Parts: sequence; C-alpha cells; structure tokens
Amino acid sequence: MSEKPILSVRNLKTYFDVTKGLFSKKQIVKAVDDVSFDVMPNETFGLVGESGCGKTTLGRTIVKLYDPVEGSIEFMGKDIANLKGAELKAYRKDMQMIFQDPYASLNPRMTVGEIIKEPMIIHNIYNTDAEREERVVELLRIVGLKPDHIRRYPAEFSGGQRQRIGIARALAVNPKFIVCDEPISALDVSIQAQVINLLENIQKEMGLSYLFIAHDLSMVKHISDKIGVMYLGHMVEMGKSEDVYHRPLHPYTTALLSAIPIPDPDVAKAKSRILLEGEIPSPINPPAGCPFSTRCPKATERCHKEMPQPIEVGGRMVACHLYER
Amino acid sequence: MSEAEVKMVLPENAFEKLPEDEKNNEFIAMKSRSYFQDVWFQYKKNKLAMVSLVFIIIMILMAIFMPMFSRYSYEAQDLANPNALPSAAHWFGTDKFGRDIFIRIMYGARISLSVGFAAAAINLVIGIVWGGMCGYIGGRFDMILMRIVDIIYSVPTLLYVILIMLIFGSNMFSVLLAICISSWVGLARQVRAQVMSQKEQEYALAAKVLGASDMRILFRHLVKNSIGPIIVNTTLMVPSAIFTEAFLSFVGIGISIPMASWGTMANEAKNMLFSAPLQMVWPVSAICLTMLALNFIGDGLNQALDPKKRSR
Ligand SMILES: Nc1ncnc2c1ncn2[C@@H]1O[C@H](COP(=O)(O)OP(=O)(O)OP(=O)(O)O)[C@@H](O)[C@H]1O
Ligand code: SF4
Ligand SMILES: [Mg+2]
Repeated sequence: MSEKPILSVRNLKTYFDVTKGLFSKKQIVKAVDDVSFDVMPNETFGLVGESGCGKTTLGRTIVKLYDPVEGSIEFMGKDIANLKGAELKAYRKDMQMIFQDPYASLNPRMTVGEIIKEPMIIHNIYNTDAEREERVVELLRIVGLKPDHIRRYPAEFSGGQRQRIGIARALAVNPKFIVCDEPISALDVSIQAQVINLLENIQKEMGLSYLFIAHDLSMVKHISDKIGVMYLGHMVEMGKSEDVYHRPLHPYTTALLSAIPIPDPDVAKAKSRILLEGEIPSPINPPAGCPFSTRCPKATERCHKEMPQPIEVGGRMVACHLYER
Repeated sequence: MSEAEVKMVLPENAFEKLPEDEKNNEFIAMKSRSYFQDVWFQYKKNKLAMVSLVFIIIMILMAIFMPMFSRYSYEAQDLANPNALPSAAHWFGTDKFGRDIFIRIMYGARISLSVGFAAAAINLVIGIVWGGMCGYIGGRFDMILMRIVDIIYSVPTLLYVILIMLIFGSNMFSVLLAICISSWVGLARQVRAQVMSQKEQEYALAAKVLGASDMRILFRHLVKNSIGPIIVNTTLMVPSAIFTEAFLSFVGIGISIPMASWGTMANEAKNMLFSAPLQMVWPVSAICLTMLALNFIGDGLNQALDPKKRSR
C-alpha cells in the first residue's frame, strides 16, 4: 500500500526552558527529542512510555499547544508550523484532542450542552441554536449518553461519562484526526474497555485517525495498528502493533512488556520479569550515549558513550546498538 | 443437600436480556443544581448574612422611594423648629436648621450606596481587564503592567485624594475618582493569580485546541471560573468605598454641604455633640450598620462560594 500518511512528524524537538531565576545556569528540559513517525489515514498509532517521557508534550506539540524548537509536522501534506488566521482555524477543526484528566478537561461552570456547543459556535458550523442543540443530542447519543444530560453540569458525572463528554466535544467539529492523550488511564478498569470500544466504533464510522497515548502496552495493543515506544523524549522502537507486542527488539520494550501481569500462571513463570532498576534519569541532564544506558541490562561500554541511531530491522525501527552490524 | 438438588436445571427462559438503557453501570453522581443555585443554597444557611442582605435591600428601597413620597426635602429649613427631638412629624428629629434628619439620612444613603456600588463596579471592570490580561499574556507585558500596579499601590491614597480634590474640587466625581484610582489593584492582582493558575488547566487548553480566540478563553473560561473570589472581593469593596466617602466628607474634602452625606451630617453634628448628641448617633449608626451588613454579606458569600470554607 502506497498511501500517503495523514500526519508526518520529522525530527521533532520540543524543549522547555525551566531556568529558575534571572542569573542561574540555563536549564532545558528536552521533553521531545528528535522524534519521527507517520500516521496513515484511518489508522491508530499507539504511543507508549513511562510517565514523564514526553508523550503529552509530543501530543500537545502536534495540536499546536506548544511550538517545537526544531523539526516539522505535516498534516495532509501541509506543514503546520506557520499556520495563521483562517488556515490555523481550519487546522484546529481537523485536529482534535481528548485529554488525560476527565476532571480537569471540562469547564465546571458550563453545562454539557454548552461544552459541546462551543466548538460549533467557534467554527460557525450551524446557523441557529436549534440546529446546534439537535447536533448535541445526536453527539450525546453517539457517545452513549442521554439527551436529557444536556442541561447538567460536569460535576454530576462519573469519570467515564466525563470522558464521553470530552469525546463528544472533540467530535463536534467533525475532525479528521484525534490525539487521545491517555483517555482511559484515569478510569476504572471496567470502564476502560467501554471507552476503547466507543473510540474504535467512532473511528470505523467516521474514518478518523488517532494518535493514541498510553503508558502501558497492553492498553494500546488492541486499538493500535502501529506502536511507538518512547523513552526520555526519544522514540526507541516503532513497528506494527503485533510485532512490537510479541517480538520486542529494544531492551526497554522488553522490560515494559515483562511488567504486564499475565493471568495464566504457567506462562507468567516461563516469562521472567525483568525489573527496571533505578530511577528514570531527569530529562534536564539526560545521560550521555543511549538514553536507556543507565538502566539497560544489556548495556555495553559503547552504550554509555554513543547515542544509537534509529535503524530498520525487519520492517520496523529500533534505536539500539545491539542491532547494528 | 442431595446431588439432585444441586443439579437443579434452570429453565431456558428464566433469564432475559436487560434493556439497553439499564446496562449502563455508570450513574449520575449528584442532583442537578447550577453553580449559582448551589451558592444561594449555601448562602441561605448563614443567618447573619441573610439578615444583612434583607437590611441592605430595605435600605436601598427606602433610599430610592422615601424621598419621593416625603413632604420634607434634604435642604428645606424650618428655622422655627431647630434641634427637635424625634417625634411623629420628624422621626429622627431635626438639626440646627430645622431640617428633617430622617430624610437627610435617606439622601445620605443614596449617596453612600451609589458611591459604594459605582466604585465597586468600576474596580470590577478595571481589575478584571488588567489582571486578566496580565495573567493570560504573561511574560514581559505582565512584568511591566504589574510594576505599574506596584507603583500605584505604594503611593498613599490620601495623597491622590488631596491632589484630585485640588484639581477637580469637592464633588461626587472627585470622590469616586479618588476611591477608584488605587482600590482596583487588589482585585487586579487576585484576578491575575487566578487566571495564571487556571490557564494551564486542561479545559482551557481544550478551548484553545477547539480554536477559541484568546478573548473567549480569557473571559468565557478563565475569568468565569475565578468568579468566586472576584465576587467576594468586589462585595467587600462596597463598604470600604462607603467608609472612604464618609471619611472624606467628614473632614470636609468630600461631598460638600448642603448635600446630605452621612459624613457631612456627622461633621455638622460634632459641634452639637453635647447639646444634641442624638444628631451624631443617626449618621454614625447609619454608617456602622451599613458597613457591618455589607461585610457580613461579603463573609457569607465567601463561605458560600468557597467549598473549603463551608461549615457543615
Ligand atoms: N510546560 C512545561 N514546562 C516545563 N517542563 C515541562 C512542561 N510540560 C512538561 N514538562 C516536562 O517535560 C517532561 C515530559 O512531560 P510530559 O507531560 O510530556 O510526559 P508524559 O509522558 O505525558 O507523562 P505522563 O505519563 O505523566 O503524562 C517532564 O519531565 C515534564 O516535567
Ligand atoms: S543501545 Fe545499549 S543501552 Fe541502549 S538499549 Fe541498546 S543495549 Fe541498551
Ligand atoms: Mg501525559
């Protein structure tokens, strides 16, 4: 298949200046450091990594909440770096985001109806309030809420229901792409599957593409076509969902997978758990060489000195010296 | 228990599927009540605040309507009947020119209340716009505008007042100007802090991703969410403006006679303090009661608006 990617990210770097005080030494957090990947139309790209590895920052850079210091983001063949005015507004209509915290992501002073209507008002999608109201009811139905929820306030809903409201708000502008920033990690396990199913159904019906962020591989495995694994701002492995999950290459991916509890005790015994030792290094002073070298069980002399470059191995990408020849 | 009993076979049709709408295992957590309904519900629990609210409402109604229907005016003198004690004709008695004190107190209420509410309204607008923009835009813009606020704050209010009175004379306008020129800075600082802490919240980011303009994000989302502290601060500004006006008029640089302000009335009564002490009691009680009531209202709102301060 030689389809063109809908989203194409190249060598993206997003840094934060966290220098404290006027005269102290400059301190930079390299939250996203040289990340490249493509997302195909109607596909889901799963992004995993431990807390603080830069997943949210990457997602927010894509939706233009943060400006990258380097690299490019192309959406439908167009660089989004310098969008202004009407073009920026059009981009904001096509590219939506679902947020991590269902409690913070809805304005507590607005009713559900007002929340879902706002994007339609901003983008002038309908002329009359009656039309908008009709659409809100339809969206509520799509995400599995009831029409009479329209006059209620977010505080009256559970986490799962709030996340559904957030999804309805994102859908209100008929986007083509949604960045889902850990949309289920704040929810009860029993409700996670419901929300995942909802997102999958919506994708099928509306032909959407997702960037789906999670900190746990098992969460993204089902929904994703491709998976990228991030560590300390870097993409360390990337490939087809099946491949990454069943035959991980990078030592970090292997460690992540071994942390997933397995319900069958025999299989669990056979697959020894690799414990990640030590803390994640601070992104302010990343280790020299491979970012994973401080915790990697297979690290060699070279790993501490030289940064491994991403290479292709059997149709996927991995950044690790073990696979270089 | 025998084997047979345990192996009881359930008939096929003993179970049926739940209707779709009953499957949802999530449920509505709380009864529906809008923010202001909730605040009112909490406010009503506070007896002192309720009594104060009723007092202020009656005061406002009387200030508006009493002078319309009274046979006395604030300036009409009745030299045949000076320094009269309270009677059926003159409820609060008369002053040294034979003017009806009750109606003068009502006129004073008009001045005091309008100065108080006007000052609060002006402060509200300036404070929200200034503080909101500083908090939202941040960076150098914020630095410069907040330094201006610091400078305004550091100059003593009395200095402004005297300068303004010298330039514009003693009238209602200069009193308002004098009160407003520096009192908005507290509100501006508060709004700025609120906006700064709210703008990183995900709902504000969501609005931006949805394409909302900066104005929309700032006013429809951030300021609206800081409404609690803003209301409290503004409410407490009313009594402080009333006091400033009364004080300025009392020392003779505020509202000028024969206009009846509580401050000017207290000033005139001070010469009669020993011969007719009641004349001092009326304006002073009016000032005290009004300020007390407004402060109680502010406290009540503070409690009702801030869930952490609620007593249950
Ligand atoms: N606005 C900011 N200013 C400064 N540093 C930031 C900012 N946002 C994120 N960071 C830092 O960048 C790094 C990556 O953060 P990010 O939120 O992207 O991680 P994450 O992978 O989403 O983590 P989590 O799983 O906890 O959500 C962290 O070290 C964080 O402290
Ligand atoms: S490059 Fe070295 S340290 Fe890094 S993951 Fe590979 S083996 Fe481990
Ligand atoms: Mg995150």
